Amino acid sequence: MLSGTTTIRQFWPPWLAGLALGLVLLLTFLMTGHGLGATGFTTRFAAWIGEEVAPTVMAANDYLGPLVEGGNPLPSWITWEVLGVALGALAAAYSAGRWRLQVAGAQGSGLRGMLFALIGGIAAGFGARVAAGCTSGVGLSGGAGLSIAAFVFLAAFFVAGIAVSRFLRRRS
Amino acid sequence: MTFPLNETGITSGLLSGFLFGYVLENAGFGNPNKLTAQFRFTDWSVFKVMFSAIVVAAIGMYLLRLAGLADEGNFFINPPVLGAAAIGGGLIGAGFALGGYCPGTSVVGLSSGRIDALVFLVGLLVGTWLFAGTYASVESLTTLGTIEAETLPQLIGAPEWLVLAGLGIAAVAVFIIGTRIERRLNGPLTVEQATDGRQASTSPQDQLQGDIA
Repeated sequence: MLSGTTTIRQFWPPWLAGLALGLVLLLTFLMTGHGLGATGFTTRFAAWIGEEVAPTVMAANDYLGPLVEGGNPLPSWITWEVLGVALGALAAAYSAGRWRLQVAGAQGSGLRGMLFALIGGIAAGFGARVAAGCTSGVGLSGGAGLSIAAFVFLAAFFVAGIAVSRFLRRRS
Repeated sequence: MTFPLNETGITSGLLSGFLFGYVLENAGFGNPNKLTAQFRFTDWSVFKVMFSAIVVAAIGMYLLRLAGLADEGNFFINPPVLGAAAIGGGLIGAGFALGGYCPGTSVVGLSSGRIDALVFLVGLLVGTWLFAGTYASVESLTTLGTIEAETLPQLIGAPEWLVLAGLGIAAVAVFIIGTRIERRLNGPLTVEQATDGRQASTSPQDQLQGDIA
């Protein structure tokens, strides 16, 4: 398809995406014994940056310190997995003509949009450390193992998301 | 051969991740407008995809165990720390509504060319440092509400096939109800609407928000 970058292909229907995601998750469990994730990597990355910038602070920190004790925290399955996510998403976005350099976030563009993206990221980053995982690691992967924590996580996730979304709309 | 293979090297990481990212982007989950439309009920893709993926993977593991191909004790099960799961889930849900992503989908967003996803990822690092910096006072949250039972079948004392059947029915219900509500609210978002930042909705507030975005 020569006009590949100008025609935008539609997203997959949800049943197809759900089936495919379920099979990928199953494959991951069968290969590794655990599910998919994301914040395992960002936590290691945060520890790695900390170690580069302020090694004494890192060594004294009870949470991130143990991660850097044994040297570089980055070489790990979750790092390769997140790198794979980035590559797989790039392949999908590019081949479907959906790759587009954009600054606008869910709450608009400009400083306001970026501020919301930053605050949202901070809340999610903190929350993922409390729950020992994120939507992928606790919600999706835990759900496949029928873990109770996963369903509590997902219920709280959706209730809070709906409440904050409603609050934002009322204010705008 | 018995699963899991306990293969946790670079190849399995890259393979799992590549497929995960490929599917998420094709589902529309690299796009903050598509993702947050779930919370406005105009696009039920997040509910539908997550629910059906959980059911497919759970049934797959159950069948492999029945066939004697998988060893139950060797699969990771998230510990039942329900208070921590509720607080963390709530913060991630709030962050999703505010910032447009959850951690995994922000990687997909960045790979689709979105700078806001990069900003969200920076926020994730800041949130991690914030947690680490206040660890002495927030550590107790991570063990809050621990219960004995680990899985749904253990909790309700029902056989696993019955729990799986219940989840399967719930997933079908989500598809039927979700599609009905999407139709009423002029959803779900097409790829054009999602990339342009337009939002499918009938309410004036949403129209206004769509115009600003």
